[in-house]
Amino acid sequence: MTPLVLQPQSEAELGEMIRAAEGPVSLRGGGTRGVAYGPGTVLETAGLSGISLYEPGALTLVAGAGTPLAEVEAVLSAQNQRLAFEAPDLRRALQRHGVSTLGGVVATNASGPRRVQAGAARDHLIGVRFVDGMGTVVKSGGRVMKNVTGLDLVKLMAGSHGTLGVITQVAFKLQAVPECAVTLQTQVPLSAGLALLRRALGSPFEVSGAAYGPFGAALRVEGMEASVRYRVASLKALLGGDWVETAGDALWVGVRDAQGLNDGALWRVSCKPTAAEGVVAALAGVAHQAIFDWGGGLIWIAVQGLGDAGAALIRGAVAGVGHATLMRGTGAAAFAPEAAGVAALSRALRAQFDPKGILNAGIMG
Amino acid sequence: MDMPLPDQRILNARDGLIARLRGVLPADAVIADPAETRAYECDALAAYRCAPLAVVLPRTTAEVSAVLRLCSQMGVKVVPRGAGTSLAGGSFPTADCVVLGVARMNAVIETDYDNRFIRVQTGRTNLAVTGAVEADGWFYAPDPSSQLACAIAGNIAMNSGGAHCLKYGVTTNNLLGVTIVLMSGEVVEIGGPWSDAPGLDLLGVICGSEGQLGIVTEAYLRILPKPEGARPVLMGFAANEVAGACVADIIRAGLLPVAIEFMDRPCIRACEDFAKAGYPDCEALLIVEVEGSPAEIDAQLARIKDIALRHNPVAYRESGSEEESRKIWLGRKSAFGAMGNIADYMCLDGTIPVSELPYVLRRIAEMSAAVGLSVANVFHAGDGNMHPLILYNANKPGDLELCEALGADILKLCVEVGGCLTGEHGVGVEKRDLMPVQFNPADLEAQLRVKDVFDPDWLLNPAKVFPLDVTASRRAS
Repeated sequence: MTPLVLQPQSEAELGEMIRAAEGPVSLRGGGTRGVAYGPGTVLETAGLSGISLYEPGALTLVAGAGTPLAEVEAVLSAQNQRLAFEAPDLRRALQRHGVSTLGGVVATNASGPRRVQAGAARDHLIGVRFVDGMGTVVKSGGRVMKNVTGLDLVKLMAGSHGTLGVITQVAFKLQAVPECAVTLQTQVPLSAGLALLRRALGSPFEVSGAAYGPFGAALRVEGMEASVRYRVASLKALLGGDWVETAGDALWVGVRDAQGLNDGALWRVSCKPTAAEGVVAALAGVAHQAIFDWGGGLIWIAVQGLGDAGAALIRGAVAGVGHATLMRGTGAAAFAPEAAGVAALSRALRAQFDPKGILNAGIMG
Repeated sequence: MDMPLPDQRILNARDGLIARLRGVLPADAVIADPAETRAYECDALAAYRCAPLAVVLPRTTAEVSAVLRLCSQMGVKVVPRGAGTSLAGGSFPTADCVVLGVARMNAVIETDYDNRFIRVQTGRTNLAVTGAVEADGWFYAPDPSSQLACAIAGNIAMNSGGAHCLKYGVTTNNLLGVTIVLMSGEVVEIGGPWSDAPGLDLLGVICGSEGQLGIVTEAYLRILPKPEGARPVLMGFAANEVAGACVADIIRAGLLPVAIEFMDRPCIRACEDFAKAGYPDCEALLIVEVEGSPAEIDAQLARIKDIALRHNPVAYRESGSEEESRKIWLGRKSAFGAMGNIADYMCLDGTIPVSELPYVLRRIAEMSAAVGLSVANVFHAGDGNMHPLILYNANKPGDLELCEALGADILKLCVEVGGCLTGEHGVGVEKRDLMPVQFNPADLEAQLRVKDVFDPDWLLNPAKVFPLDVTASRRAS
């Protein structure tokens, strides 16, 4: 039997549905980027769609959680603005279809290569409204850039994967699209490549992308044209070697979306940049492919042929220097087990916001 | 402003409590002599004073844990204190509390340029964090005005900003991990020198929690390579509206200055009298600072000048030397001192959408004229974080109350136009009773539930942030 799908058309209606829910509810924005689906009745937020405020002069946008990311990107692009954190499109990598929404971007705290300079979704999210597990509407933050009024539930909701509440509205601060972007590439072995990336990130030349993959080592510099020219020249002088300049963002879209890592299990590893090489070295003898972003602070790894998806090797190698999330595949828990103290606090927070335990139940462990 | 009546049971148990504190801490870490505890009777919100029962100054996380475990067992309230520079009364004590100051915990634990972080004990001052890395070409970005004195512990508790956060973000955007001691005494490590949390973003909710969730004793902070140089430009305008429009155009053009500071006529005059910075006599003044190599700075300033000239500035002065840069910043940086020189003042901290700037400035002028108090405005215009300074006379009966009432009305105005009560100073006791202006009961209840998780007995800084009637049942249980 096909389960009933809940499709609220307003925040109030959503509140009623959650209040009335007697069993688990599985939340969906567009279902394009979540690590896992919760059990129970599907609830789609697509009806909570639309931009309610866009002030280009104040770099502020407020929109319903069900608003398609693509729609927002098109509206911003027309004013030469953007969401600086570069939310990835993970549909290919996670074998999903559907339309990515702002709510999903926030619920997963999405981020791309520019994180090294501009942060993740959490760093650009300035306000949120949500319905908690009792059906109560709650707001935190607002539409202004700087706000320390009360506890920062905005950050708590970002990356909570729908386990604390159903996000209904989000407010972002925006960034102007810089007039110029240049990518520098060089073919060097992994260890040398990662060292170059760290060196560039430690320079005053404001790198907005630092990745290593089949394309070699790559750096991105964005800004006013004269400034980009100067910084590109300065980076070449600082780092030495042969660097090729390219325009366009295809390489960064590929890194952002973990393109090419289509076989086997897919891991997203967040770690201390200097630990990156060691994490991948732990997979010696195992078929795998990796892309390194954030100067080594993020590794996408596809692993083939292991029953636990490579969990023992990867989580063993990253213990104490980061953590690994299983984005695609089976044989291990998606989220890394947390230390007892952190796990107890997280469990207690979920019990406060969702006492019935119905929202995306159990997906974060 | 009301504070809860002190708990007589705790006051009666004072001697036993102090003896037990001395049992878990070195002798010099417990201050109980009333002549000495008086030094802790207030923070930078000096209008309110109350000496605590005792003050403890631990040196390690283990000592902090021992104190909290003991106070938790005895049901004694604890008020955490960084350097005591809160303008909102964040570390204002009650007579029945123990003040826990982290000032002696100021060590650098680890510096790692390859991974771009520093790990410090949180009693270290903001400027001393940069001091530990600047010889190697690095800095810690958040720069509250009090950075010479304020501690990282307080920066984390209040999610402090500063003039340069337009480009670099506030504390929460530069904090990677913490060691936090819960009221139970339990020590929890959250985050670390990597970019994101595996589970819920506990770090995000701890930052800015005003010492109500736990005491942060150590922190991993993001450090950045220092820019090659910086240069400010000063521009004067004939009206606040024009200066406001110029700010919007600069932002709109995609230029990213590190700071855009705004001063209105009363503030310009006071600063000029006090600091003799050579400011033009005009209605509104902007200081815009850009960073980079000399050539990059020239290119950015050329663009900014184009925009500014379209708004017919009455003055436009680009710094041509270190000395001129210093002079441009001199007046702005002495603004609070200049105000203190002519009167007592109360510093507000609301944020508004930048598009509402002209309207809000006009309304503030009308409201202050109606009650007969002067208001000078100096603020971070790029992000709409206002600092109206209300001048009053502390020796004139009724003046403080008049000033506080005007302050409350101005903050309500900020919320009314889509903004908030506090952009970077925190709620503390100062804005506690205004919280229902911005939040409805359900919004507040969600926040209280978070505190319930971290501090179920409501012993940690309990009389702050939320109106007392809203928290009464929780504090009593």
